[in-house]
Amino acid sequence: MLTVDIRQRLGAFDLTARFDAPQGITALFGASGAGKTSVINAISGLSMPDEGRITLGDTVLFDAKSGINLPAHQRGIATVFQDARLFPHMSVARNLGYGRRYARTPLGEAEEARIIDMLGIRPLLDRRPAKLSGGERQRVALGRALFSAPRLLLADEPLAALDRDRKAGILPYFERLRDEAGLPVLYVSHSVFEVARLASQVVVLGAGRVIATGAPADVLSDPALLPDGDREAGALISARVVSHDSDGLSALDAGGVAFFLPQVPANIGVEVRVRISASDVMLARDRPLDISALNVVSGRIVGFRDGGEASVLVTLETPAGPLFARITKRSVAAMALEEGQKVFAVVKTIAIAKGDMAGD
Amino acid sequence: MGFGAAEWDAVALSLKVATWATLASLPFGIFVAYVLARYEFRGKQLVNALVHLPLILPPVAVGYILLSILGPHAPMGRFLEVVGLPVAFRWSGAAIAAAVMGFPLMVRAIRLSFEAADPKLEQAAASLGAPPMRVFATISLPLALPGILTGAILAFAKAMGEFGATITFVSNIPGQTRTLPSAIYAFLQVPGGEGAALRLVVVSIIIATGALLVSEMLARRAARRLAGS
Repeated sequence: MLTVDIRQRLGAFDLTARFDAPQGITALFGASGAGKTSVINAISGLSMPDEGRITLGDTVLFDAKSGINLPAHQRGIATVFQDARLFPHMSVARNLGYGRRYARTPLGEAEEARIIDMLGIRPLLDRRPAKLSGGERQRVALGRALFSAPRLLLADEPLAALDRDRKAGILPYFERLRDEAGLPVLYVSHSVFEVARLASQVVVLGAGRVIATGAPADVLSDPALLPDGDREAGALISARVVSHDSDGLSALDAGGVAFFLPQVPANIGVEVRVRISASDVMLARDRPLDISALNVVSGRIVGFRDGGEASVLVTLETPAGPLFARITKRSVAAMALEEGQKVFAVVKTIAIAKGDMAGD
Repeated sequence: MGFGAAEWDAVALSLKVATWATLASLPFGIFVAYVLARYEFRGKQLVNALVHLPLILPPVAVGYILLSILGPHAPMGRFLEVVGLPVAFRWSGAAIAAAVMGFPLMVRAIRLSFEAADPKLEQAAASLGAPPMRVFATISLPLALPGILTGAILAFAKAMGEFGATITFVSNIPGQTRTLPSAIYAFLQVPGGEGAALRLVVVSIIIATGALLVSEMLARRAARRLAGS
């Protein structure tokens, strides 16, 4: 487990960060300028905080009081960078093997072969990085980091430079890493969608402070914590795939509520995360009949919050979990909505499509 | 077009002097270039100016400075003589003069290629556990190879042609310090020496052109390797 408790002054910017990253993927989340880069530079050993302490397992990486500051190469923290940073003068195979000789406990051939296959990079081994696509480069970079048998994997916006399809191609590898390995991962991102899909825990940074820590479903549904505020607000719901129907829709079950989504890329019985953006939810006082939207959920209003731009963010309690609806103030008044009232949430099918689950 | 012993001597001596000058100064050149390219420190501008000094000073002045430091009457020169490494009026002195004169050219070329190599790759290597010396040897150095080759060839060509500092520091002794340019100069001083001088000029042109071609070829090959084909 990684434990961070640091203070650092960087010009006019004052950074105070305190959090733990246990097993699984901890997302370090925040807008640009929130201090994410400063935090990971301190963890990886590229910069030195003014005060505090960073420990990884029983190793002290940094301790201002006792003057300990382990150099980057002795920390056992491998980083996957946004720009891959493969060594251009080495083949993919040599890139992968670069960190092997420094690994505390080298992986061994079988484990290395497993990683190569998991990442699907066996056909690339003899190639030079210049001949790889952006997605291939990131996969090789991830493999190279794993080959050094790190005690912590730092992923610094690893998908930010990729287009939507390539992102969707790499996210499953991180998911597998989260589900299989005992390796703690600190995943830096400003994308709600990546965090929603990957994180087991979210640490939100804002203006140099940790402003929230918690489960993705809790953190991502609070517009006050999101980099783009209410624009990105939405609920994160866990649902099980029930069937894939012949008309291209998949049926999901979330706490007894049926949802229909176009072609979910997961097998029947698998638990997936579904993000429902607040802007894609409409409210009705009576169960709407004869409408095109397939997904209608009954719920109870538990709160109102200002949603900005003449809108209100309504929080609902439903059997599927909390849902958010962003509607105009005028509608709230016209419908005489109030707390405790029973309403129906209409979710446009298209709103919970593949894009929202696979990243944006 | 006969080639006399004196002429052969001058060509062989020049090749020896230029080779030693280049090889011996290369490690220093790489070190200074890397430090100038990667680090900010107090007095960096001073170091930079010192490195460039031979490029802007009259070569005769550089020769005179060398003579005052390493000459037979200077303490440093006497020390070298005592330990069995006399340089004054020896071919080794000519190599030192050539190395000093070629140093700025060498450092400039190598520094440029260190600056072009992305320091982020060095960070990536460190994050994989590689200690600094290893990062330098496996990442920084190979990436700067085209520039190192260019710098070495430039210094070699400069050493082949160095005249002013050499003749001031180590004089013009046949077989010992009479390099190609000094020989051309000497032949032109005696009646009927034009033929020999012309032959040496042709040899100079051939060697210089050859060195340039080889360096271009090596640099292109190294650049291709980096580009990944």
